[in-house]
Amino acid sequence: MQSIELAFSDWLIIAIYFIFVLGVGLYLKRYTKNENDFFLAGRRNSTWVAGLAFLSANLGALELLGMTGNTFKYGMYVAHFYWIGAIPAMLFLGIYMMPFYYSAKIKSVPGYLKLRFDEKTRVLNGIAFAIMTLLVSGINLYAMALVLHTFLGWHWEVSMWVSAATVAAYVTLSGLLSAIFTEIMQFFLIWFGLFLVAILGIVEIGSVGEIFNRVDELYRTVSYTTLWSTSSDPSLNGMVVTWGGIVLGLGFVLSFGYWTTDFLVVQRAFSAKDLRTARMTPILASFFKMAVPFIVILTGLIAIVLANDAHSGYALLKDGGQVNYDSALPLLIARYYPPGLVGLGVTALLAGFMAGQAGNISAFNTVWTYDIYQSVLNKKATEAHLLWMGRVATIVGILISVGTAYWAKSFPSIMDYMQAIFSWVNAPLFATMLLGMFVWWITPNGAFWGLLLGMGSSFTLFVAVKFDWIEAHVITLSSIASDQAANFWRAWWAWLICFGVTIIVSFFTKRRPSEELVGLVKGLTPKVSTEGVLWYRRPETYAIISVVVFVILNIYFW
Amino acid sequence: MESETPKMKPIWYFVGLMLALMGLVVEVSGLYRYFSAEHTKTVLENLHPEIWWGAIMIIAGVILLLANRKATVG
Repeated sequence: MQSIELAFSDWLIIAIYFIFVLGVGLYLKRYTKNENDFFLAGRRNSTWVAGLAFLSANLGALELLGMTGNTFKYGMYVAHFYWIGAIPAMLFLGIYMMPFYYSAKIKSVPGYLKLRFDEKTRVLNGIAFAIMTLLVSGINLYAMALVLHTFLGWHWEVSMWVSAATVAAYVTLSGLLSAIFTEIMQFFLIWFGLFLVAILGIVEIGSVGEIFNRVDELYRTVSYTTLWSTSSDPSLNGMVVTWGGIVLGLGFVLSFGYWTTDFLVVQRAFSAKDLRTARMTPILASFFKMAVPFIVILTGLIAIVLANDAHSGYALLKDGGQVNYDSALPLLIARYYPPGLVGLGVTALLAGFMAGQAGNISAFNTVWTYDIYQSVLNKKATEAHLLWMGRVATIVGILISVGTAYWAKSFPSIMDYMQAIFSWVNAPLFATMLLGMFVWWITPNGAFWGLLLGMGSSFTLFVAVKFDWIEAHVITLSSIASDQAANFWRAWWAWLICFGVTIIVSFFTKRRPSEELVGLVKGLTPKVSTEGVLWYRRPETYAIISVVVFVILNIYFW
Repeated sequence: MESETPKMKPIWYFVGLMLALMGLVVEVSGLYRYFSAEHTKTVLENLHPEIWWGAIMIIAGVILLLANRKATVG
């Protein structure tokens, strides 16, 4: 395709963004005096700051491009990633899990495993998380360079190195605080930069109802505009999945595994100024999470309508005969946005990529410094040395990410494994955390072996299906299934194996005395008292409102 | 004597400043095209989305700026 041309005003907007993120990094340096400031943003953030950062850490550009493309491919079932695949888990984290995380005054999720179980479980999870984070960070970096090269004609190495160097500069200067600041900027840029695409699409086609009607006319036998009514039979919906796969795989294991244990997002709640604020962090984020489909799902459906209208002149790109679904959103930007607005749209994508990179690196430097370096390599490190190590880990982490990006360039199919990587690490970890927080007699050896076998089984199932050692339907329990359905089901089995092994091994191994687990396990810990707190200040009140909105959305689009 | 670090400005102040500046660039670019009758090849060009969207950004940015001009954190 011909690249989208940028005018002077577009370049000016991109320049403003770079000046702001670097300026903010420099400005915040003076407030980053110790390790607590660098790794936990000084634990002074309000609900709004921590909540929007919590959401934005997950709202990367690759997700926006990919989910819009997935809507084109699978239809409205993609909204499950934002609703059942996020909201119950976010509320569970805020209401039930955050008191244990926050009150333990830990600096990372593996840090909880150390307190609840032992050092080896912490190190196992720390290493798995560090590898996963750098892998994802590198793949994201390559994906960013590829998108900028395809749509703007930018040299992929230049865009990769410039963005990596910028992220390295501001995260090294002020750590999590600058990462959180840029994530909030990204949140506003994404809404101001991309929501207009959906508005203009509605204006061009006529109305939201007209968009749904025209999609229904195009797909008469397979539903692309419903959420649940066609989930009993995989052949009736675009994602080729049953409600069982959605509820157990996505809604339970993958969603809870990601939102309640992935340190990338949970770290934002750890930066809150007090327990109430930490509990409110994911609850507030849940409202904005439910709103994201009004960008990605709507633009995906608009793209379906336009691509099937011979007079529209809109068609997705094709790479070697294969449809490039990720081109749906950039091509809509090129269709509607005049100079000035194009710069805003491109900056929104750039901000999404760079803030995602900063999020990964700030989580990596914390886990590396505390859960691997201090835990295994230098137990006597001073606070000043740990702060120095955090800055070194930031630069080294960025360099490894760049190396991974070069690897991804020479081995592009690795990008297909992004979803699978999460199911290797997060799905079994959720079983370990659930049992650790809610069952006092789970033992350190039970947790370690459950986690190890859970991660191993998920990876083995992935390889076995990939190389045709077993048929996919053996794990998906239906005769036909998409790659997404296989991901959901593999996560479910990994969780179940970790859950079962942890319980069985715990029956035969030594338990920790219950008095050592006070504050870490439900039943041994005093309940969080909300007595005397006005009803409208209680996290539970907002969680109930969030559940009501969630139910209404699911029924409305049933 | 070591000078005391001034209190930190809240993130909303920076977001407001950024939105106002970017909105201004979008607005000026749109107005220039409107008055010079220069055409783009974009769909719905006749609606001049950059003019009203730029205005919305400026208003949002200025509100955030004014609301947080004296606010500090920590």
